[in-house]
Amino acid sequence: MARAIRPIPELYEAARAGERRALGRLLTKVERGGDEADRISELAHPDAGRAHIVGITGAPGAGKSTLVSRLVSDLVTGGKRPAVLAVDPSSPLTGGAILGDRIRIDEGNDPGEAPSSFIRSMATRGHSGGLALAVPLAVRLFDAVGYDPVIIETVGVGQVEVDVVGAADTAVVVMTPGMGDAVQANKAGLLEVADVFVVNKADRPGALDVRRDLDLMLDLSHMTGQESDTGYRPPIVMASALNGDGNDEVWAAVDAHLAHLDETGSRQARRQHRIRTEVRARLEQAMARAADDAMNAPDGATWLGQAERAEIAPTQATQHLLHVLLQPTKEVPS
Amino acid sequence: MSDAGQIRIILAKLGLDGHDRGIKVVARILRDAGMEVIYLGLRQTTDSIIAAAEQEDADAIGLSMHNASHMTLAPAMVKAVEAAELDTPVIVGGIIPDEDLQPLRDAGVAVVLGPGASAEEVAQAVRDAVASA
Amino acid sequence: MTAPTSSDSGRPDNPAYAEWRERYDAANLRDKPFETMSGVPVEPIYGDGPYPGEYPYTRGVYPTMYRSRLWTMRMFAGFGTAEDTNARFKDILRNGGNGLSTAFDMPTLMGRDSDSPWALGEVGHCGVAVDTLADMRDLFADIDLSAVSTSMTINGPAAVILGMYIAVAEEKGIAPDQLAGTIQADIFKEYQAQKEYIYPPRPSVRIITDMIQYTSAEMPRWHPLSISGYHIREAGSTAAQELAFTLANGFAYVEAATAAGVDVDEFAGRLSFFFNSHSDFFEEIGKFRAARRIWARWMKERYGAQKERSMLCRFHTQTAGVSLTAQQPEINIARVAIQALAGALGGTQSLHTDSYDEALALPTEKAARIALRTQQIVAHETGAADVIDPLGGAPYVEWMTDEMERQAEAIFAHLDDIGNGSILEGVYAGIESGYFVGEIADSAYRFEREVNNGNRIIVGVNDFTDGDDGEQHILRIGPEAEEYQRKRLADIKLERDDDAVAAALDAVTAAAADPTVNVMPPIIAAVKTYATLEEVVMAMEKVFGTYVEKAVL
Repeated sequence: MARAIRPIPELYEAARAGERRALGRLLTKVERGGDEADRISELAHPDAGRAHIVGITGAPGAGKSTLVSRLVSDLVTGGKRPAVLAVDPSSPLTGGAILGDRIRIDEGNDPGEAPSSFIRSMATRGHSGGLALAVPLAVRLFDAVGYDPVIIETVGVGQVEVDVVGAADTAVVVMTPGMGDAVQANKAGLLEVADVFVVNKADRPGALDVRRDLDLMLDLSHMTGQESDTGYRPPIVMASALNGDGNDEVWAAVDAHLAHLDETGSRQARRQHRIRTEVRARLEQAMARAADDAMNAPDGATWLGQAERAEIAPTQATQHLLHVLLQPTKEVPS
Repeated sequence: MSDAGQIRIILAKLGLDGHDRGIKVVARILRDAGMEVIYLGLRQTTDSIIAAAEQEDADAIGLSMHNASHMTLAPAMVKAVEAAELDTPVIVGGIIPDEDLQPLRDAGVAVVLGPGASAEEVAQAVRDAVASA
Repeated sequence: MTAPTSSDSGRPDNPAYAEWRERYDAANLRDKPFETMSGVPVEPIYGDGPYPGEYPYTRGVYPTMYRSRLWTMRMFAGFGTAEDTNARFKDILRNGGNGLSTAFDMPTLMGRDSDSPWALGEVGHCGVAVDTLADMRDLFADIDLSAVSTSMTINGPAAVILGMYIAVAEEKGIAPDQLAGTIQADIFKEYQAQKEYIYPPRPSVRIITDMIQYTSAEMPRWHPLSISGYHIREAGSTAAQELAFTLANGFAYVEAATAAGVDVDEFAGRLSFFFNSHSDFFEEIGKFRAARRIWARWMKERYGAQKERSMLCRFHTQTAGVSLTAQQPEINIARVAIQALAGALGGTQSLHTDSYDEALALPTEKAARIALRTQQIVAHETGAADVIDPLGGAPYVEWMTDEMERQAEAIFAHLDDIGNGSILEGVYAGIESGYFVGEIADSAYRFEREVNNGNRIIVGVNDFTDGDDGEQHILRIGPEAEEYQRKRLADIKLERDDDAVAAALDAVTAAAADPTVNVMPPIIAAVKTYATLEEVVMAMEKVFGTYVEKAVL
């Protein structure tokens, strides 16, 4: 490809200066992972740490994207510079994805108007924890170049997506009437991570039932450790994203949660938790890669072959491979 | 994962034309060909498409035109790409008479796909356009 | 062999037949012998009842159908400036067409003036540009509006265009109650398929109910709504989805109008429908027959219609534009002929036949004439118009009719369910959730895959591809129309009384803000001041807002 190659520090400085094209390119590198992504992480790390990170999730069809579009529009009107990282699933068969679903409200309708928000779609690209690495890094990058808040939108169906949202400062879980959502959300572990509940499409019949179900579940204290720990009970906001009803209340609840985090000092704790989670994910990925390498290495292949021929037990092969794996081959950066 | 080669393409309807049957089919064809498709939907402007192309770091921009306005709007899109200092190829599909193919190419449109292009042809045309961009 | 000469031979004891026969015999018939090309006399109908003109009207909405009057050959025209289209209209009338059907250009359909930045490169391309009353006046210059029936295919800004039509007629001394025609105004299918919407669904429906109320009171010969499946099909739906979504939209309008206080029998008789005729011959015929039966049943049983006219599904048909191929375009003439025949055998009230060159651009004059001739052949040479519902009673056709009905009922049940017992609410919910667009996109994708993997043959496209000489004669709309319209609009804006325009527009906004006021009278008053289409549209947008579709793939 004949694309002009710009070095990463130059791209980073351009992104800090507001060049969207540069930020777009950096995000692609972040998504691809590897050394370039590591380099970007190291550059962004000192500049990050200011943005309010908000995760928004819910079942497909809950109206998340409409809600996010409205929130972004309102935030821009209020003088903020929101960034959205919208995560959609890739096809497990082809690796392809359709990242449609976003109404780019503040940039679509008036010719000539420049956006002050930044919306980036990210496909889950299947497996192997790619998302768990790419999302925190993309968020750090948005934060470092001056976007605040940074909104992560996921479809809350998989554990990875739930984890990603749960690692935000404020996790918003969107539900709708008539989908048995409260029960589903409970199963998916969403109730435990939620800081704010939104009952969307609140003009529909059954909205009050959803609210009551949620209240009931929150009453059962084992559902959430938060209330007993800090006295914070996740509010339930009734909204209709399509009409715009309740959007102000949604953001007010998000802000109130942030204030609560600051008051109780738990924002720092969340940040630490996030770092811990990210490091753990990176370690796991490195270990998995090392395991693959060990099995393909000459020594490893020998042990593996013996196990395959039933000359030694798989447990024994594993022990030997572990030995190969743990031999220091890479220098630790100083 | 080796996804360095994964193509990200923006698909959009530029202008007032609301015929979106074709572009939706193409979106699925390209997804099934392993690409990441960012579908912007209807009533987009050159500005909104450029903004999305920058933010999404798109490898290509695909437009579908059924309104006989391609001779005005497609060159306008190419100019907007150049003005934004992007090198994103612009691909146009839809109802394009043969005699307009060369003028569109001359105007800087990377690929013109006429009616009747097969799924493989569509996907290959996108790959080729991205590779030679 | 002796041909039956007695008209009720073989059915002397059948009281249903006798009853139908009585109505048939009392009607005026076309002045021609009803016999085959070889001179064999044919009966008006064969097989069993319920007979045409009898509930549930499966075999036809009228007792005599084409024996009294052929379908209206209504050819859709519109391009360039109003003067260009006016010339084409006169051509159609001269060539034996008897209804005018107006296509508007994309800016007009979207309620934008020719000088809008959105209109760039689109003025006059796919229809005629109408910005002000002056354009409407040119469009119908030298045409007696009390003697033609005019169909106008426009939806989002339909109320404004209707207002202009009423105002132009008034200048010609023709009162609204003398105007005959149809304005499409079917906004639901815009959200579902054609995507030419302006306001969100609920305010759009409010405007439509205002139009229904206004025309019910002032324009008894006017059809305020043409509920259109055509575009749903063009967008990729199946035949059954076209049938079901269209009729469900019809039920939704009925629910909206009755909720606004209009009695169902006051307006339902003036509703009309518009279907697609695609290439699967028997499926199409089954669809048309099922449409009549379903509409009659629902109107009678669910909506309590009392008048027969309220139960009649009268429809216009257009051959499937989407079936036309750019490859070997001449063979489209054969497709159109078959689709036109399906429309006739399905009992349509009017028919537009597509021109063979429309896959690429607007039809040339020659191609448009061939299209009209095609349906004239169906009407006058094939004998298809001499016998009512000639395929009725055939096991396959009756089965297909039942199957179309069964599939449609399943969809109605779903909409009723998501609408908590209201089809209107079900349609709103289906629009909001992307149900309709998702279903249509799935069907379109399935079709394309079949073509792509060769399981479905499209002649000239994926098989039998020899013989494409690549010659294309294309009617091109140059930039002249756009320049002319912009200049003309600028002149009008200079000459008009700006204070009167501003006051008239304020009145439109005020009416929009008050649901108890009908928007039609202030719209008519506004267009008379030469307020532009876009200005009137925006005057209402202040209150109603705009609709942005959530892209569903």
